[in-house]
Amino acid sequence: MKEGKVIKVSGPLVVANGMKDAKMFEVVRVSEEKLMGEIIELDGDNASIQVYEDTSGIGPGDPVARTGDTMSVELGPGLLTSIYDGIQRPLHLIEKEAGAYITRGINVPGLDHKKKWNFKPLKAKGDEVEGGDILGEVEETTLINHKVMVPPTVVGGTLEEIKSGDYTIDDVVAVVKDEDGKEHEITMVHKWSIRRPRPVKEKSIPVEPLVTGTRILDTLFPITKGGAGCIPGPFGAGKTVTQQSLAKFCDAQVIVYIGCGERGNEMTEVLNEFPELEDPNTGEPLMKRTILIANTSNMPVAAREASVYTGITIAEYYRDMGYNVALMADSTSRWAEALREMSGRLEEMPGEEGYPAYLGSKTAEFYERAGYVKCQGSEGRTGSVTAIGAVSPPGGDLSEPVTQNTLRVTKVFWGLDAKLAYKRHFPAINWLASYSLYGDNVRDYMKKEVSEEYEPLKVEAMNILQQEASLEEIVKLVGMDALSPKERLALETAKSLREDFLFQNAFDYEDAYTPLKKQYWILKCILTVYYEALPLVEKENFSFDEFLALPIMEKVVKAKDIKKEELEKYEDLHKEIQKAIQAYGSKFQLEA
Amino acid sequence: MQKEYKTLKSVAGPLILVEGVEGVKYEELVEMTTAEGSVRMGRVLEVHNDTALVQMFESTQGIATEGTKAKFLGKAMEIGVSEDMLGRVFSGSGKPIDGGEAVIPEKKININGAPLNPYSRDFPNDFYQTGISTIDCLNTLVRGQKLPIFSGAGLPHSRVAAQIARQCKVRGEESNTAVIFAAMGVTFEEAEYFTNEFKKTGAINRSVMFLNTAADPVVERIATPRLALTTAEYLAFEKDMHVLVILTDLTNYCEALREVSAARKEVPGRRGYPGYLYTDLATLYERAGRVKGKKGSITQIPILTMPEDDITHPIPDLTGYITEGQIVLSRELHREGIYPPVNVLPSLSRLSPTARKITREDHEGVFGQMYAAFARGLEVRDLAVILGESALSDIDLKYLEFAKNFEQEFIKQDETDDRSIEETLDLSWKLMSALPKSELKRVKDEYIEKYLPKETK
Repeated sequence: MKEGKVIKVSGPLVVANGMKDAKMFEVVRVSEEKLMGEIIELDGDNASIQVYEDTSGIGPGDPVARTGDTMSVELGPGLLTSIYDGIQRPLHLIEKEAGAYITRGINVPGLDHKKKWNFKPLKAKGDEVEGGDILGEVEETTLINHKVMVPPTVVGGTLEEIKSGDYTIDDVVAVVKDEDGKEHEITMVHKWSIRRPRPVKEKSIPVEPLVTGTRILDTLFPITKGGAGCIPGPFGAGKTVTQQSLAKFCDAQVIVYIGCGERGNEMTEVLNEFPELEDPNTGEPLMKRTILIANTSNMPVAAREASVYTGITIAEYYRDMGYNVALMADSTSRWAEALREMSGRLEEMPGEEGYPAYLGSKTAEFYERAGYVKCQGSEGRTGSVTAIGAVSPPGGDLSEPVTQNTLRVTKVFWGLDAKLAYKRHFPAINWLASYSLYGDNVRDYMKKEVSEEYEPLKVEAMNILQQEASLEEIVKLVGMDALSPKERLALETAKSLREDFLFQNAFDYEDAYTPLKKQYWILKCILTVYYEALPLVEKENFSFDEFLALPIMEKVVKAKDIKKEELEKYEDLHKEIQKAIQAYGSKFQLEA
Repeated sequence: MQKEYKTLKSVAGPLILVEGVEGVKYEELVEMTTAEGSVRMGRVLEVHNDTALVQMFESTQGIATEGTKAKFLGKAMEIGVSEDMLGRVFSGSGKPIDGGEAVIPEKKININGAPLNPYSRDFPNDFYQTGISTIDCLNTLVRGQKLPIFSGAGLPHSRVAAQIARQCKVRGEESNTAVIFAAMGVTFEEAEYFTNEFKKTGAINRSVMFLNTAADPVVERIATPRLALTTAEYLAFEKDMHVLVILTDLTNYCEALREVSAARKEVPGRRGYPGYLYTDLATLYERAGRVKGKKGSITQIPILTMPEDDITHPIPDLTGYITEGQIVLSRELHREGIYPPVNVLPSLSRLSPTARKITREDHEGVFGQMYAAFARGLEVRDLAVILGESALSDIDLKYLEFAKNFEQEFIKQDETDDRSIEETLDLSWKLMSALPKSELKRVKDEYIEKYLPKETK
């Protein structure tokens, strides 16, 4: 390969000459230390390179070696349970090479090339196969069977040979002969460029909800498997706690968690916690379905830019096997800032707030890689990638470019609110500002899987919360006495909805995860109080103090403490509530 | 062989352009010698073919394009560290200014540090008792945390920081501690306050001070916190010490960054601060924590003054996104004579859920209850302003009273008052006992039984 020479260094940007026939996004190695970089601009003989490692000590005259490859990840068994930096280098191997501090020029493979996996063939010699077809599988973890597929780049043909037994990822496990008689050797690993979406047969409209176990999300603002959502919020409002809670409890089969420019200790926390915590859907350690990508705020800025692409490429790979994958990126604002920094150093004309003009298209490109798809291959399997990005708007100001560009392409908006966080109401998701455009998509599913009544209850709950917001204004001005009894009841119900339904403690194991059916029952219990009280409040001698002091109210408050294994108890509770309030109401009938 | 160049092309603010250079590397240290023989240090900020852009750490006053010599030293800025630095005072660029001898370094370390591998970090989990109720109970500090103080001009952040430095300890442990203090652009008096404070308590022998006062060169401030943190890393991870680092005032630091950025004519981000302010601050704040297999730790208390008390200003805003919480000081409380004026509601410690598990069994519940009750009390207070106290219900009046007592007894404490966590929690129960028992929804019944003062049951 030809070599170029460095002519300019400015932070993570290096310009080299002698790069005439280099390609855009080609990976290069800068200086004798072989720092990894990627070409992001070509101008005649010069190439601008973003370098994924610290560039101190690099100067004009240093060699730039070309590799001919674009920036890619290695895809194959061994990805799960790994923790990578932004360019798929396993952090534990970096530690082994360099110690606790990350130094430069470390070159470690993304996957273990020595480990042997037990390959079980699912196809036989002579079968016709095409790109994307599953040839066999490997037990990657006790949770996930890794499907070994014909790489999407192979057109297809006849299976000439297929093996069975223990192989490394570099061993040939199958040979496919295409129409032209050319033989393709297939191993368990292949490389894929991170900036190129993996092909699918077709995309479809997602209809199944991604159950997160967080009540406000599942009930009021659901996201679908294959949907795209964003969580913007000021610091301290609980973005990371929400993202981590999603990663822990959502019912996707594979989780890709990207810590993009965030705190080091947060990643350490995930690393400590996930191997210990059980997946509520399977009872196995969470780590067995998780891939972590950690590019913390103090790690090189350019690798932060790459980390979200590395993550989504891995997510697409598992999607192609037919899994439902959820990807969390915390936080996409840091990714945008990395873009801005590189753009500034390239001396590009800035758009809003110094961000490059292509921020919007890049954001859209990223979220469009989410989706519910029919995978490549003849088997017609489906898979999905759900992408949830946290956004950190400066000062909590949602009008800033990153939030606005994200809102244009995501269909779910979970708006975090500092005021709720100050009151320690968690998750601090503002129920008036947030929205989900997937409500209609999942309606049929909810009707079938949960209850016919779920939808009307949800609408009523939203109405009451909306009513509360306007009534509170009145109370602030003229006091509680000015309200009609019905309005007062709405206020009390809203309070109950807030405190006993929406409030959820992410640090309490039982409370942190609520299955859909349980969510429905809690909501139903709270609203039963409302419906039963509605005819009573207008009565002459009705007293709210007396009503709220009824012993049954205590049970409504504790409704969420009923264990998820004992849902039948809710039937009884529901009846008990009805009875107790009707009994209380009969008092007025007698008086009348 | 180091070459000297006399080819200075231009001097603008803290930046100098040198032409015709050869073999210059990015981030390399540069020594500028004026015709009069005074020596100043700088570093290479950008190198393009044969021109190097140098950012000075010291003032460019007196530097002429004619006659000044630039020597490229072939290495990045380093600090020589040694345990003998304890008890010493240095300038913002690391030269001894206490009249003592130069420290004989045990080793020299690049001040920029390298990012710590998240895989090699150990999660901080030792409760660090500060003796301040609002911090210990509601925003619990953990050893190895980075918890900034968001203050405003004229608020007593220095006193709070000094009190924390004086009182903080992990109980039941005789530990090897050190305090590192870095001042950036603060007044002579403020720097002197810390010096005297450390002298008074004898802590000076266990501390290293780096002082860049308001009179010192602005750009030197960019190096000051890095010198301090490099020293801290050395003491913590090579000498097994538990190091508390106080950095004050980050606002001045960021302004120095802005000055350099403006001189380079970079495209600015918000309010003229450079677009990489977040990344730059992260390279400071992330140098806190613990490392697997090492005994020591670094706890950071950075102080910043929010311009116009505006928490959405880029400096506190970006800081809040990196640090593990924040202690916000309130001008209102300060005006009412309440010390320490900790504004409880916007304050936060992200590591406190871990710490609350190891203090006392009732801490978690008390934490939730105290917060909720005080927040409610403040809401009632707002309501009372509009409607008058007579319009409040009995229960609201109790909350109003609670909020008042909370401020006067719980927040307010003497500068020398070192409350143990038990004292703080018992005080919380005493305050909560003024509320009806039915209102105490966030504490478990068994703890109410155990800890609620008996006479009020």
